[in-house]
Amino acid sequence: MISQKQLRFVVKPIVFVACLLPAALIVTDTFGLTGSLGANPIEEILDRFGILGIQFILIALAVTPLRQLTGWTQLARFRRMLGLFAFFYVFMHFLTWLVLDRGLAWQDILEDIVKRPFITIGMIALVLLIAMAATSFNRLRQRMGRRWQKLHCSVYAVGVLGVWHYWWQVKADALEPAIYASILTALLGYRVYKRRKRRNPREAVLATQ
Amino acid sequence: MLIKKPSDILPSEITSETNYLNRRQFIRAGAIAGGAAFAPGALGALVPDQRGAVLPDVGKSPLSTDEDLNSYEDITTYNNFYEFGTGKDDPYRNAQDFEPRPWTITVDGHAEKTGSFHFDDFIKPFDLEERIYRLRCVEAWSMVVPWVGISLAEVVKSLKPTSKAKYVAFETLHDPVRMPGQRRRVLDWPYREGLTIEEATNDLSILAVGIYGKVIPNQNGAPIRLVVPWKYGFKSIKSIVRISFTERRPRTSWNMSAPQEYGFYANVNPDVDHPRWSQANERRIGAGLFTPRQPTQMFNGYGEQVAHLYKGLDLRRNY
Repeated sequence: MISQKQLRFVVKPIVFVACLLPAALIVTDTFGLTGSLGANPIEEILDRFGILGIQFILIALAVTPLRQLTGWTQLARFRRMLGLFAFFYVFMHFLTWLVLDRGLAWQDILEDIVKRPFITIGMIALVLLIAMAATSFNRLRQRMGRRWQKLHCSVYAVGVLGVWHYWWQVKADALEPAIYASILTALLGYRVYKRRKRRNPREAVLATQ
Repeated sequence: MLIKKPSDILPSEITSETNYLNRRQFIRAGAIAGGAAFAPGALGALVPDQRGAVLPDVGKSPLSTDEDLNSYEDITTYNNFYEFGTGKDDPYRNAQDFEPRPWTITVDGHAEKTGSFHFDDFIKPFDLEERIYRLRCVEAWSMVVPWVGISLAEVVKSLKPTSKAKYVAFETLHDPVRMPGQRRRVLDWPYREGLTIEEATNDLSILAVGIYGKVIPNQNGAPIRLVVPWKYGFKSIKSIVRISFTERRPRTSWNMSAPQEYGFYANVNPDVDHPRWSQANERRIGAGLFTPRQPTQMFNGYGEQVAHLYKGLDLRRNY
C-alpha cells in the first residue's frame, strides 16, 4: 500500500503526466520535433485522438474490475482522472474534426451529424462524455446522489458507441476495432457476471463450472 | 455535361511535345534505315530494373495538368495498397523487399494476341509519356501525380481484341509470400478491376511504369499499374499480372467487398455521396493544416475527355 501522501503528491502527478504524453507527442510531431504526421497530418491527428479516446474509455472501464480482482483498492482513486482523460481525448478528436477537417463549415458539419450514422453515434457519445465531465466534481456528485450514479453508468454506452463509431468508418480491415470490441466485451461482461453473482450467488457459481 | 476549357495546358508543354515528337521521328527514321525497326531496344519503352532508375525517352503530354505536384515523398509514403497492409504507410514499409522482376503479364480472353509476355517485351512496342494527373481517392483526398506510362489504348489495339471484347479485366499478382497483406483475407484476393473497352481505349487511360521520371516504386504498383484519373483511385489497379478481354462485365474487388458502397464505374462524382461520407469535396494532400477542403470536380475535372462515354447513363444508379 502506498501512503495517502505519496499517492496524492507522487503517483497521481506521474500518472497525470503519463496520460498527457500522447497529446504532447501529437504536438511535437506536428512541428516535426519528434517524428512526423505523414502526408495527411489532419487525418493522422484525427485518428490518433480518436483512438486515444477509445483507449482511455477502456482503461477507465478497467479500473473497477482490476481493483476487485487484485484487491488493490487505491486504484479507485485514479478512476475519475482516467475518465476525464477519455473525455479530453474524445473532445480533441471532435475539435480536430470540427476545425481542421471540416474547417468550421457548419452546413457540412450539421449535414454530417444528421446524415452519417457513424458521426451521429459519435456525437451521442461525446454529449454523454461532456455530461459526465461536467458533473465530475465531488460537490456535484454528493448533491446529485443516485442520479449521479445513473448518469455515470452511461460510460458503458459511451464504450459501445465509441467502438461502434470506429468500426463503422473502416473500409475493409476491421481488425483493430475488433480488438477494442473484444476488450470492451470482456470489461462489460465482467460487470454482468458480477451483477448476476450478487443477485443469485448459487446460479453464478454454477455458471462458472 | 461539364465542358471545361483545357486551361491545364501550358504553351511550353505543347512546344516541348513538338520537339519531343521530332526527336522520336528522327530516331524512328534512323532505326528503320538501319533495318532494325523492331529490334529489341531500338525504339519504344525501356524500363530499367533498378529501383528508382531514371526512365529514358519520356515524352510530354497535352493531357497533363499544370497544378502543383505532390512531393515524391507524399506520393510514395501515403498509399492504399492492401497487398502490403491496410495502413497508409504500410505499403511504403512492407513493399521494400518486393522484387517486381521477373514479371509476366498474361493476356487472355477475346483477343487475337493472347499469351504470356515478359514485362520488358510487353511494354517495348510503346512510347513512354509523362502524364501529370489528379488522383482522387474514394476516401475524399487527392494528389497530383506525375506518372510515366504507356497508352492503354495503344496496348489494347495491339492485342487485337475481337468484337466480343466488351470489357477489359485486370488482376494484381496473388502471392502472399511476396505480398504480406494477402495473408489476411481483407479482400477476396487477387485484387480485380475492370473497364469497358471504351474506357480502356480512352486517351486518358495509361499503364504507368514510373513516377517523377523514375521507375515506379513498389508501393505504388511496380512494375506496371493502371491509371484512370477520372475514376476513384481504387479503379487504378496495381502490379498487374493479367489482362483479360471479356464479353461480360468482370467482377471487381471493392464492388465484391461492399457493392452498395463501390460500383463498377466508380467515376469521381461530387453529387453522389459514398453512403458513409460526402464526396462533394476533397482534401488535397500536401496542403497546410488550415487549408480548407476543395470542391471535387465531376469526373475529377476530366469531363471533356470522358463525359461522352456515359451519355444516357444514370450516374446515380451506376455509381
